[in-house]
Amino acid sequence: MAGGNMIARHEGSDRLIKISLLVVAFSAVSVLVIITIFIFEQGLPIMMKYGLKNFLLGQNWFPSEKSFGLLPMIVGSLLVTLGALVIGVPLGLASAIFLTEFSNRRVSRFLKPVIELLAGIPSVVYGFLGLMFLVPFIREKFGGSGLSVLAASIILGIMILPTIISISIDSIRAVPDSYREGSIALGATRWQTVRMVVLPAARSGLVAGIILGMGRAIGETMAVIMVAGNAADIPGSLLAPVRTLTSNIALEMAYASGEHREALFATGVVLFVIIMILNFLANLAARKQYRKK
Amino acid sequence: MAEMTQRENIIEVKFLSVFYGQFQALKNVNINVQARKITALIGPSGCGKSTFLRALNRMNDLIEGARTEGQVVFDGKDIFEPDTDLLELRRKVGMVFQRPNPFPLSIFDNVTYGLRVHGQTARGFMEERLFRSLQAVNLWDELQDKLQANALSLTGEQQQRLCLARVLAVEPDVVLMDEPCSALDPTATARIEDLMYQLKEKYTIIIVTHNMQQAARVSDYTGYFLLGELVEFGETDQIFTSPRDRRTEDYVTGRFG
Repeated sequence: MAGGNMIARHEGSDRLIKISLLVVAFSAVSVLVIITIFIFEQGLPIMMKYGLKNFLLGQNWFPSEKSFGLLPMIVGSLLVTLGALVIGVPLGLASAIFLTEFSNRRVSRFLKPVIELLAGIPSVVYGFLGLMFLVPFIREKFGGSGLSVLAASIILGIMILPTIISISIDSIRAVPDSYREGSIALGATRWQTVRMVVLPAARSGLVAGIILGMGRAIGETMAVIMVAGNAADIPGSLLAPVRTLTSNIALEMAYASGEHREALFATGVVLFVIIMILNFLANLAARKQYRKK
Repeated sequence: MAEMTQRENIIEVKFLSVFYGQFQALKNVNINVQARKITALIGPSGCGKSTFLRALNRMNDLIEGARTEGQVVFDGKDIFEPDTDLLELRRKVGMVFQRPNPFPLSIFDNVTYGLRVHGQTARGFMEERLFRSLQAVNLWDELQDKLQANALSLTGEQQQRLCLARVLAVEPDVVLMDEPCSALDPTATARIEDLMYQLKEKYTIIIVTHNMQQAARVSDYTGYFLLGELVEFGETDQIFTSPRDRRTEDYVTGRFG
């Protein structure tokens, strides 16, 4: 009987722990739910009032004249995010491959923490550096004001490097050595082994790293505001200024009121939906073909 | 291949020693491996038999701090010469590992991997080799309809056969097997042994095993390793029925090991 009691007591405390963990987990999720509800509640009504089409496809953003076209900002966000990926993904993957497969342990043990430190630098510092060095450089070499799609893409490309590199390193390290041995034993070079076996095996992790980097790029605000020029027009070239969805909110929220303010929340809704879609597409790409065991 | 048939010894190992840092894993080993025979290497764990096997295609090079002395003459040349073409050596001396390690790719991509690595990517050529090597390991009938399936979806035995097919596809002269059946059940093991018997018509097989019955069943020659030393090497019958060394006798009769 005493033994039975003991077991019952243990089961009781197990259940207590289970319930409290459940509460904690749900409160984390509920924050997400609350944010979602809040943004949609504030932003949706005005979108309905002026029409979804005018919001998504309108090219003119003149809040004082009740013209809320978000297309320039949508294009802007997608453009700088794409630019950041074009710069950040090849650099990030190449660094991760070098650090895991081609450098000796001492070099990678030194470099990995340094790269992770990059993630800790506040974005305003990146923006400041961009403004001091990158923008003047672009102005002198390519013309224009220098505040441009190109500048924003480069800064964002650098900012997403630590995310892409450290997640890629983890997923490449997770590939079993038996794959590498099997490949080398068939007479493959190290590079062939990486390209034909290791990277395909690490694929889902690599895509996850790229998704997180993309999320960081599309959500980044401060650094972009400082180097992008922020004109609410669809940029005609890589050297033209650009305004992103996040910049739009941050630049105007301080003085907006009434419908203008609601339109900024609508900007948040659009951003939210775009991020959802991108995440979904990227996950789909990761799941395609061979899944890791 | 044609030239090989003339020579009796396909591999001549002379005074081979392997060190891992300070530790000497292999001490002055001398063996002549006969072409198109099965040579089994037996001995307790840690006796150096796997190290020996991995010296033959220079897989020990991958281990940091590994150092080799002595010679392994293959194809009339010492493989430790600095101008050795390692990629070509590993094509000619293929290897099957202890645990099946198919790549997480399709069956087709697994078997043709070695061909693609060596730049032999003509479609018809790859399909021909795919057919022949899957047939050689008795997998063609089972798998011909699902060549695009992921190799990881196969059973353990099928995976090990696939790994063997992957090696055969590049037409090696020698196949090294490092305890190839240790992850398989007895029936699967018996079928793999049958397969080795078929394969020795064309290939030289060197197999490491901790299973003495297996060595006795499949091999023509047997070497007994103990503490990094080759204690005895000879025809399998002789090793198991009238070993010359006391230590070999203790091991094969089960008094030790």
